[in-house]
Amino acid sequence: MSIQEVVEAVRARFAEALQEVIEFRGETTLVVRREALVELCRFLRDDPACRFNFLSDLCAVDYWPERPRFAVNYHLYSLPHNLRLRVKVFLEEEDPVVPTVTGIWPTANWHEREVYDLFGIRFEGHPDLRRILLPEDWEGHPLRRDHPLVIEPVQFSFSWREIDSRKPYVNE
Amino acid sequence: MAIREGEVQEFTLEQLKHLVSERALRGETILLNMGPQHPSTHGVLRLLVELDGETIVSVVPDIGYLHTGIEKHCEHRTYTKIIPLTDRIDYLSPMSNNLAYVMAVEKLMGVEVPLRAQYIRVILTELQRIASHLVWLGTHALDIAAMSVFLYCFREREMILDIFEMVSGQRMMVSYFRVGGLWRDVPEGFEEAVRAFLKLMPARINEYERLLKKNPLWLRRTKGVGVISPEDAIAWGVTGPSLRGSGVNYDVRKAQPYSSYDHFEFDVPLGENGDVYDRFMVRIEEMRQSLRIIDQALRRLPKGPYITPDRKVTPPPKEELAWSMEALIHHFKFWTEGFSPPPGEVYHAVESPRGEFGVYINSDGSPRPRRVHFRAPSFVNLQALPIMAKGSLVADLVAIIGSIDIVLGEVDR
Repeated sequence: MSIQEVVEAVRARFAEALQEVIEFRGETTLVVRREALVELCRFLRDDPACRFNFLSDLCAVDYWPERPRFAVNYHLYSLPHNLRLRVKVFLEEEDPVVPTVTGIWPTANWHEREVYDLFGIRFEGHPDLRRILLPEDWEGHPLRRDHPLVIEPVQFSFSWREIDSRKPYVNE
Repeated sequence: MAIREGEVQEFTLEQLKHLVSERALRGETILLNMGPQHPSTHGVLRLLVELDGETIVSVVPDIGYLHTGIEKHCEHRTYTKIIPLTDRIDYLSPMSNNLAYVMAVEKLMGVEVPLRAQYIRVILTELQRIASHLVWLGTHALDIAAMSVFLYCFREREMILDIFEMVSGQRMMVSYFRVGGLWRDVPEGFEEAVRAFLKLMPARINEYERLLKKNPLWLRRTKGVGVISPEDAIAWGVTGPSLRGSGVNYDVRKAQPYSSYDHFEFDVPLGENGDVYDRFMVRIEEMRQSLRIIDQALRRLPKGPYITPDRKVTPPPKEELAWSMEALIHHFKFWTEGFSPPPGEVYHAVESPRGEFGVYINSDGSPRPRRVHFRAPSFVNLQALPIMAKGSLVADLVAIIGSIDIVLGEVDR
């Protein structure tokens, strides 16, 4: 079983939903529409030609300022066939919602919580969508590209008066 | 539940009810807070444990106390300067993290690595695996009240750290691998030091095994405890010795060999029952297999360059700067601006001591990556803790946490 056969099987079944097939450095990426994601994932896991029973990784990318802004990557691995495949879904900035795949691979649970926490992408139907790494009262989603790396500038001084004068909350 | 930028997520009791059972709400079971400062959680892990008497009904892990934003930092650095950050993800196996990261960049750039560098990488990552397993064995045994093993393990680990100091100048945060090869060639005395370790270690591994394998207390604390079935382990994405303890034969070194692992003969030890004891035996056996690999790599260590001559990813040799203007310009460009891979994305996975450690890099063609993501095995393995712990005694929870060998730096990144 080779990755070409998997791509052909997907193309035959999901002609409408499959937007693009990218080959780069020996890795295959299927770019699919959001609506067909869950159905495609179930097909990839259960079809005897694919058997991608292992979700290696799930992560998001922020393409800001390009559009569509977000992408969610699903890195799949097939233990029986020893194949790797990446499934990619692009999302618009105004509507960062994607259906959950926790029903197919339970391991997606924490991965999706992490993506929600750091990117603000919501997973529809997720059983427990809470922040996972950051505190509950954290504002914003720090892995977005328009989120600054440093909010409070580093103080290159040993004088407390000087440091305090630059801090806004001291005068409150 | 939906939140927008600038808003704070707020929860009501209703929304958190699903974390515990119905009986907890009626007050029939006890909710116990374990951690984040508990010594047997191996770092800062908080567990909300629901107990019916001494039996565990459910476990809710709460992580993030060690979150340092490494992935965000990566987006603001050149590709070379990310290497020291990867040391800090899993601070017990920096060599494996370095390897995964530099190999992902090499894949992105399409760089060939000289064979000598590949072999040295294999030797060092296998030494790292032994060092990491020694820390695991020592602390795991200490958790189940076997004090002496801890001291022995750290004695042997010191030899490995001395070798690391010899090659890289650092004991733990090595940053020794570079894109395209190594920082420098191994110094004189490296081979002798590794040989001395190889000579001593097999007897020491037998000693640890003898200390624990026939110890009736150890057997009672580990056999049949924290069982996870192979189906569950795959569904929950468990990798590494925790997966192989359940009898699933998946080792990235064998399945998709990298860094010329296919040149060496070694076995993948497998467990049968998927309990704490099997995970223990798999790791002990893995140390022996690592010694086998190191021995073969050291015997066949080829001569030649230690880093690729491709000037795109390597700085020019220092002596060239004295007479070549171009080399000097290149040197400054390399260290200030860095190099620009083609736009695209790659995922590369290696077998770290804890499982599949994957690095995803998304490049936009500039000298800084658009996104770097680390697939941390501890993060995923910890997710399976509630499955393993369900129905066991609260005292066994300590043994189970120890047996999945989590490193909180990697869980939280």
